[in-house]
Amino acid sequence: MSRLLLQALYLVAAVLFIVGMKQLSSPRGARRGNWISAVGMVIALLTTVINLVLLHKFTAAGAVLAVIGVIIGGVVGTVGARRVRMTAMPQMVALFNGVGGGAAALVAVYELTYILGRHPSAAESFPSVFSIVIGGVSFAGSMVAFAKLQELMTGTPITYPGQQVVNGLIAAAILGFAFALIVIANVPLAFVSLLVLALVLGVAFVLPIGGADMPVVISLLNAFTGLAVAASGFILDNFALIVAGTLVGASGTLLTLLMSQAMGRSIANVLFAAVGTPVAGPAGAAGSEGKSVRAGQADDIGTMLAYSRRVIIVPGYGLAVAQAQHVVRELADLLEKKGVTVDYAIHPVAGRMPGHMNVLLAEANVPYEQLKEMDAINDEFKSTDVVLVVGANDVVNPAARNSPGSPIYGMPILNVDDAHNIVFLKRSMRPGFAGIDNELLYDPKTIMLFGDAKDSLTKLVAAVKAA
Amino acid sequence: MTTELLTLVTYFVLAIFVGIEVISKVPTILHTPLMSGTNAIHGIILVGALIIAGSAQDPLGYVLGFVAVVLATTNVVGGFVVTDRMLEMFRGRKA
Repeated sequence: MSRLLLQALYLVAAVLFIVGMKQLSSPRGARRGNWISAVGMVIALLTTVINLVLLHKFTAAGAVLAVIGVIIGGVVGTVGARRVRMTAMPQMVALFNGVGGGAAALVAVYELTYILGRHPSAAESFPSVFSIVIGGVSFAGSMVAFAKLQELMTGTPITYPGQQVVNGLIAAAILGFAFALIVIANVPLAFVSLLVLALVLGVAFVLPIGGADMPVVISLLNAFTGLAVAASGFILDNFALIVAGTLVGASGTLLTLLMSQAMGRSIANVLFAAVGTPVAGPAGAAGSEGKSVRAGQADDIGTMLAYSRRVIIVPGYGLAVAQAQHVVRELADLLEKKGVTVDYAIHPVAGRMPGHMNVLLAEANVPYEQLKEMDAINDEFKSTDVVLVVGANDVVNPAARNSPGSPIYGMPILNVDDAHNIVFLKRSMRPGFAGIDNELLYDPKTIMLFGDAKDSLTKLVAAVKAA
Repeated sequence: MTTELLTLVTYFVLAIFVGIEVISKVPTILHTPLMSGTNAIHGIILVGALIIAGSAQDPLGYVLGFVAVVLATTNVVGGFVVTDRMLEMFRGRKA
């Protein structure tokens, strides 16, 4: 294949990636956009393989290994992506991102061992060193993010005194080895140390970040992997890698900023403030002491719901965990039949990832028109008879508005406290993911219905039917 | 700096601007699918992994190339499939 044709086909692939991403960011064409990108990917891969075969670049053993590798990766990827439950999707994305970063680092390791023998220029070795570090951080960081979300380890921040100093020292050591490799070149074992340190930094960097902030971290690491891939493109002089990697690096960075904006926080606050540490502030502790909660019965709440005019349902992660999206829809349909107006108020970061609730409720075929975004519905709570909070907590916590010391202070929340009655479906009084107490649970307007969200909703359905 | 390197840098710089521009109007509900979809796109590192695996000459090259191919393929295939599953849930909406 001529170099001209190779470049032309890579260009086609790059255009398809760009069009695909454009479509992915509009609700109407999102699914098609994903497929357009996939077609671009197939073109880029086939072009590469055909080119390598025509140039006799494949050794027999190499070709066999490549085929086996593609089959294994294909099966693992397909089965993993098909089997994963909807609630576990964020950690699946973390996993797929991590392995991509790992692949980029390995490609760079090989190239570096290859070129180190002939005293490369700094321009030659810099991309390899960059890719090893960033790819390594992305791999290790993603694995920790996966472990936290999969609850293989605690989701609360793991902190110790001087942590940021230690992390800074690791980063400084990485810079030192990187400098040595690029400037002095053949330093024995320097690149092994570099890879190990990058892995350590990836773990150390994600440990102090709370589980609730993982989507932002995964998005950032996604951008990192993109940049590592772009760097690999410089090593291999490959247009497709540079363009695709950079597209992801740039858009991923912007997306990370947009995500932390949606939580009303700065990116520095998300990454370094260890939000979610379960240390009850003096205000929070004092606020909950001596206050009682009102626990209700499903029958009474069912009757109240059935005789309301307007009900708003606020879904949260608890709904996802209990897989209660179908029951909640059943309840909503039943209430509508009785003449109650029912809407769902969707907080942008309800659940474990933005859009999580939309995905879940769409799975239960909840009509799209009933899903109201925060800004659209926030003024309607004051004319609402009952708000049903299903497994949500932090996104309705008035502390975000009222207590400047709170870690979630400044986050836009749903104005649930404006409603006439509030019903919380919760498993226990345990605080939400951000680890802070919720004043609203002790409000005289609030009734608690303890238990698994699905069980409680099933009881409510029966109660509404009987009412 | 050689002309070849400058050409590569040019691709890089232009792609930064395109990458930012192309997703700048994404609504919140699509943040996660978009993250997942771009995640699949960086699986293009499979191109690099194939180049290494196919042309490796020594045991180290075989091992690194093979593992890189497995990881990168997982990234590509898993990334596109999981994104499609997420977006499948949005069907039926009349937006």
